[in-house]
Amino acid sequence: MADVVTPRGPKPRPRFSRTNIMLYGTLIVVAAYYALPLYVMIVTSLKGMPEIRIGNIFAPPVEVTYEPWVKAWAEACTGINCEGLSRGFWNSVQILIPSVILSIAIASVNGYALANWKFKGSEVFFTILIVGAFIPYQVMIYPIVIILREMGLYGNIWGLVLVHTVFGMPILTLLFRNYFTSVPEELFKAARVDGAGFWGIYFRIMLPMSLPIFVVAIILQVTGIWNDFLFGVIYTKPADYPMTVQLNNIVNSVQGVKEYNVNMAATLLTGLVPLIIYFASGKLFVRGIAAGAVKG
Amino acid sequence: MKRGPVMSSSNARRPSSLFRNLSAKLASIPMVLTALVVFVGGTAWTVVYSFTSSKLLPKANFVGLDQYERLWSTRRWLISIENLAVYGFFSMIFTLLIGFTLAALLDRKIRGEDVFRTIFLYPFALSFVVTGLAWQWILNPDLGVQNVVRSMGWESFTFNPLNDPDIVIYGILIAGLWQGTGLIMCIMLAGLRGIDQEIWKAARVDGIGTVKTYVRIVIPMMRPVFVTALVLIASGIIKIYDLVVAQTNGGPGISSEVPAKYVINYMFRAQNLGQGFAASTMMLLSVVIILIPWAYLEFGGKKRG
Amino acid sequence: MKTFSKLLGSVALLGASVAHAGELEVTHWWTSGGEAAAVSEFAKAFDATGNTWVDGAIAGSGGTARPIIISRILGGDPMGATQLNHGRQAEELIEAGLMTDLTELAEAEGWTDLVNPPALLDACTYEGRIYCVPVNIHSWQWLWLSHDAFAQIETPVPSNWTEFAAAAPKLEEAGIVPLAMGQQGWQQNGAFGVMTIAIAGLETWRKVVVDKNADAARGPEYAAVFEAAVDARNFASNSNVQDWNLATNMVITGKAGAQIMGDWAQGEFQMAGQVAGEDYTCLPGLGVNEILDTGGDAFYFPVIDDEETKKAQMALASTLISPEVQVSFNLKKGSLPVRGDVDLSAANDCMQKGLDILKAGGIMPSGDMNLTADTQTQIEDLMAEFWTSDMSAADAQERYADIIASAE
Repeated sequence: MADVVTPRGPKPRPRFSRTNIMLYGTLIVVAAYYALPLYVMIVTSLKGMPEIRIGNIFAPPVEVTYEPWVKAWAEACTGINCEGLSRGFWNSVQILIPSVILSIAIASVNGYALANWKFKGSEVFFTILIVGAFIPYQVMIYPIVIILREMGLYGNIWGLVLVHTVFGMPILTLLFRNYFTSVPEELFKAARVDGAGFWGIYFRIMLPMSLPIFVVAIILQVTGIWNDFLFGVIYTKPADYPMTVQLNNIVNSVQGVKEYNVNMAATLLTGLVPLIIYFASGKLFVRGIAAGAVKG
Repeated sequence: MKRGPVMSSSNARRPSSLFRNLSAKLASIPMVLTALVVFVGGTAWTVVYSFTSSKLLPKANFVGLDQYERLWSTRRWLISIENLAVYGFFSMIFTLLIGFTLAALLDRKIRGEDVFRTIFLYPFALSFVVTGLAWQWILNPDLGVQNVVRSMGWESFTFNPLNDPDIVIYGILIAGLWQGTGLIMCIMLAGLRGIDQEIWKAARVDGIGTVKTYVRIVIPMMRPVFVTALVLIASGIIKIYDLVVAQTNGGPGISSEVPAKYVINYMFRAQNLGQGFAASTMMLLSVVIILIPWAYLEFGGKKRG
Repeated sequence: MKTFSKLLGSVALLGASVAHAGELEVTHWWTSGGEAAAVSEFAKAFDATGNTWVDGAIAGSGGTARPIIISRILGGDPMGATQLNHGRQAEELIEAGLMTDLTELAEAEGWTDLVNPPALLDACTYEGRIYCVPVNIHSWQWLWLSHDAFAQIETPVPSNWTEFAAAAPKLEEAGIVPLAMGQQGWQQNGAFGVMTIAIAGLETWRKVVVDKNADAARGPEYAAVFEAAVDARNFASNSNVQDWNLATNMVITGKAGAQIMGDWAQGEFQMAGQVAGEDYTCLPGLGVNEILDTGGDAFYFPVIDDEETKKAQMALASTLISPEVQVSFNLKKGSLPVRGDVDLSAANDCMQKGLDILKAGGIMPSGDMNLTADTQTQIEDLMAEFWTSDMSAADAQERYADIIASAE
């Protein structure tokens, strides 16, 4: 996407014109609609169950309680494990860190090789990779079960890390390839003349100047991997379930009465990591997802 | 984004051997393995085994098109396809419509653009599971929106999509749109920012109205952006899975089932791998049908830098 | 490649649990209140043998949990032990040599003499070898009635399905859902199965489910079942819940008149502090014919190549079927023990009824043992659609017969 940031729409009218009132009116109503679910989740998670039963889901809590959050984090049960979501959180962290590092390390080198060190067939593999990004995961799920089993990685965190690396590869490679292609050729040539090789140029020239793209890649991978559900449920065992899977389990394993406040606290907790990244990273996030959207 | 400048330096010397460029080749091994073993190999494997009668374990006893015949005579698959079609159709239209409208509104030099954009886009940062559970709660018939409207005095108000087989897919659509429109808005906004400012001046001089300018001039100019957005939406639609699992789990009954769920269900739960493979092959086929025209438009037609 | 993975594993032990000697991961899908309480009886008893029970509960019904369990066994990452319904589900796993042969232990402990009815052990037996431990007998054929709901309409608690059907309109008038029904295929299919036995009778059922006779499925007996199912569907039309225990909760709180559900519902009533005969009534066989199926849960032990683990597996197998554990577990679970030689005087009204029927021989094989997972999924999908749409009885019957015709 072009990096032009100035609005290009028609000239604005005077401040209080009818069009302007309608314009802002519409935007505010729509924004309220988008913000509503987050608001409802927050207020629900701060209410006690009696208040939820008699009250209105949009009403702010009469009596604020943090009990549901404590329960969701540390006490909610799946089966006889009542450790709450904290277990899923740490599992997700353990899955996330190696996955992000490995996938970005591999993809950045791939992208670099594709941009600057083309070899016979490299474009073919790259095309397969990009087309592969559009293949529904369902087609590859079972073969991957077999591959992981043969490698002895099935069911443990490393198997899942590998899966995330594989499925993150198309988009990340594309991202890095396009970035490295835009690096001035002269820099590369000069380094070659100085006798630097493949790795030398990568570490001494390319890496230092590609910090922004790494940040974009990290944002993309952290949110993507954190939000994954399908791979988590298929390629890990209950003890290693990532947070999203555990969340679904907690909400769906009901004991007696559904505790909506705990469910919403749990839901918010799971959404917290990507939300923080989103609100903290702002425009970089937009760049990340615009690139990562291909990943679906 | 197709043809990057070919680096002449690496082609300069030509000792055309396997070892030329060795580091680059070694570094590309993960990519080559992923492309060949997982993407090509895995896909081919699944397609081949979709013609077998594999049950719990993959076995190479070929039964021709049996799995496909059964697939297309299974109600649940037909319902899944129908749901996907309804969801896909409306999701496509509304995502484009809402995404473009919001982008156009934001592009009119408004104050607080960042705030609005942040609000429209945040759902996209959330996982489908979170989205599904949040909307499941909002649409809860006893305590959610329906209850609120009723308690405001409109006793007969009924809005209970998640428990009504006829409209449950629209309940999922609401959640899906909420999550996905922000992204398309961003892409559209970037597209609008790429339009030459002179266009607006010219349109004003000619006395063409704002709406008309968008429809007649701006949208046609944004064709590539729309195509990209369409492909993004389409590939997302086919993969829809987590959202349904979290929000309705296919219920009530089987009225909100989707193809991706059918595949997982038959591969793992019903212990009928062949059936799952056949269904996933059909998913693959539908992607191919969408992808080929796009690839043709994008890469075949014209070349852009 | 195995060494590669070991290398990876040892390089980064990011807190991933390593199986210690005597530590067994046990997967199961018992996650509701009553069920979880019962499971902890197993865990306690196993821990008392000096081993450690590592709980691997998987939320959701068996339908969600089974694929996870099976794909882990197939994926070369087996758990120490796992719950599975016995019957045809495990056949291919046993064939592939992935399950531990328990025959030696079974012979040493004399399971063949202990287990009653013997059909339970037969279901664990494949080509003459025993591969699983049955832990309880579960039967589907129960109608749970809320005393509170019937008190509200000042009608005596029905003693059979016909009386219940007659009282249903009155319940509806009083704003009570006559029949609570979780909207999931397995529950709807289960309820349908119960109605089949009560209305079409055991013989017809046997022709259809055991012999896969599609003509019998098209016959008048089954037509009557589908007609009755249409009635039941109407009774349950306002039941907006998904999970079975939420449906049971509607009966407990008097929001619903009744529920057709297996005897595991008992555990929920118990957890809520309700007393059989005072707060709720249970009618075996819908009060029509006192026949219970003898399905149930069993534990399988995937093959793990480690002597310590094998020892722990045998210890667990032995624990699960020991008399004390059979009593403590089944009292909590609301199911019946698999051995006839234990004292169940502590059992409540409903369980006593079940025990009596068992003694009198009113038993039938369960559907699990006769239908493949594939066929069951098809039937469940049909039922899920039937119960949530206005599909006519005749249409449903025709499609049911088609599935039976194509079943293996």
